[in-house]
Amino acid sequence: MIVEQIMKTPVITMQPTNTIAEAIQLVRQRRIRHIPIVDEENRVVGIVTDRDIRDASPSIFQIHEHLEDLQKPISAIMKTDVIVGHPLDFVEEVAALFYEHKISCLPIVKDGKLVGIVTETDLLYTLIQLTGAHQPGSQIEIKVPNESGMLSKASAIIAKRNANISSVLLYPDEDENYQILVFRVQTMNPIGIINDLKNAGYTVLWPNLPGGSS
Amino acid sequence: MKKDCVFIYSEDFLQYKFHDAHPFNQLRVKLTYDLLRAMNALEDEQIIKPRIATDEELALIHDQTYIEAVKAAGKGQLPEHTALNYGLGTEDTPIFPNMHEASALLVGSTLTAVDYVLSGKAKHALSLGGGLHHGFRGKASGFCVYNDSAVAIKYIQEKYGLRVLYVDTDAHHGDGVQWAFYDDPNVCTFSIHETGRYLFPGTGNINERGHGAGYGYSFNIPVDAFTEDESWLDAYTQAFREIADFFRPDVILTQNGADAHYYDPLTHLSLTMKAYREIPKLAHQIAHEYCDGRWIAVGGGGYDIWRVVPRAWALIWLEMTEQSNISGDLPESWLKKWQALSPVPLPREWDDPEPLYPPIPRKAEITEKNGQTVEKALYLIRSQRQQTTDTNPTIL
Repeated sequence: MIVEQIMKTPVITMQPTNTIAEAIQLVRQRRIRHIPIVDEENRVVGIVTDRDIRDASPSIFQIHEHLEDLQKPISAIMKTDVIVGHPLDFVEEVAALFYEHKISCLPIVKDGKLVGIVTETDLLYTLIQLTGAHQPGSQIEIKVPNESGMLSKASAIIAKRNANISSVLLYPDEDENYQILVFRVQTMNPIGIINDLKNAGYTVLWPNLPGGSS
Repeated sequence: MKKDCVFIYSEDFLQYKFHDAHPFNQLRVKLTYDLLRAMNALEDEQIIKPRIATDEELALIHDQTYIEAVKAAGKGQLPEHTALNYGLGTEDTPIFPNMHEASALLVGSTLTAVDYVLSGKAKHALSLGGGLHHGFRGKASGFCVYNDSAVAIKYIQEKYGLRVLYVDTDAHHGDGVQWAFYDDPNVCTFSIHETGRYLFPGTGNINERGHGAGYGYSFNIPVDAFTEDESWLDAYTQAFREIADFFRPDVILTQNGADAHYYDPLTHLSLTMKAYREIPKLAHQIAHEYCDGRWIAVGGGGYDIWRVVPRAWALIWLEMTEQSNISGDLPESWLKKWQALSPVPLPREWDDPEPLYPPIPRKAEITEKNGQTVEKALYLIRSQRQQTTDTNPTIL
């Protein structure tokens, strides 16, 4: 999956000459947390987050003081070293970027111009879609030896029951000789599949006996 | 015996049948009916024949194209690939002859129950053929073709203009009904179920609270696997009471899936008949407190059709008609008639033996976790109530 498929468009932006007061207004009205700042050519010149705005706002105890400060241009508080992405970036890479730089949004730039934005929330939503957790299904976890062909063998058993797999996750077990396969299967009655898997010699971790994993 | 309760029943409920080995088996409704008849707790004039829901009524919730697809499937005229797009012909909802008619009857049964209660001909009505809460607008899911409860709620809104509280105690999340009214503040849905971490359908998280104008009108309590009577009932009672007090419904619709029982093969909860006595009792009380008694109860899941469902569902009717102080032996004639057909020994008594199962190792942790879940699920209405009492301490 690439960024183009998940980025938000059009982007709500401001120009460096807009005032801090206007930014406060915009963040409240549109319920957003990040405003990319662009020039007349729609090139990204800075970014302002709700935290920057809050830092520039008076304390609630001095709400009527220094109001003139809020008339200053947004260029006075915007960050200018903006990390940007490209529409063709991979979503996984972008996720790593968020983690590495501790950022919470990524303006997407093509031909030097702002074309979209991806936020932490968008990434999390995409992750939920990828795990298939938004579609009705049952989850089955099995432990398999860390060898080639295990995924295909296990999924063949599920396919025989005519049940559609909505997602597959694979992660290493504590014991490096094993891996855990997690299937989301579109069925309310996974008993047949679980029995087939057990009969074929697989360790089904869940659904399990009382006191086991939960 | 109370004359103001009706039991919607027809042998034709059994036409909703996927195949012999499928866990969803409407024989359980007949077993329940038979049990009540055997103990003379259900009289002729209380039994009402269901009508079939019309296409217009189904279309209150379902897409016309989906209804046409179900009709074609039931006549063997729907290509396999098209069928799968509608969730038909899967392992969960296989195609069977006349599936449209059979499914529309279950919806009609619940609509019949609604009309009896809301036209004032009855205070309470029981439609055990209904409760198919997984049906979606355009897709069959989780053994359900049409969603009788969602259709009924829309029907109540359109025909009677009332505010409905939907309470779902099935072990699976009542996703179909929830999503149908997710943005509607005039319908409040409350589902208590086994966590969707592993169990179908996977949704029903605490944070599914509704959307837009409907935000705050959808409640979910996902309890941990292996939850027992006490912890479950504690969550159910607190939540149902507080939600009713918050929403002030005109009518209550309860979905009574009986698959949270220890014996149920599809789920991992550990309820006993004790819980199935209390579930309808509280619904009954709250219906009288807030809705002048208007209460419609439907069936739902329940896959141990021999040992669990007949007793659990009979107890709903016994509660409705104020005969619930029954205990001791089940009627001998009923046991005799059905034991021959049952693959397992039928229970001899109304209540389960104690203990029914070996102790659950992590009981204390499970109970604690469920307590936190209730707190989070009710957080919004509790903080709202706190504010009201803070600013206006005379109203309590």
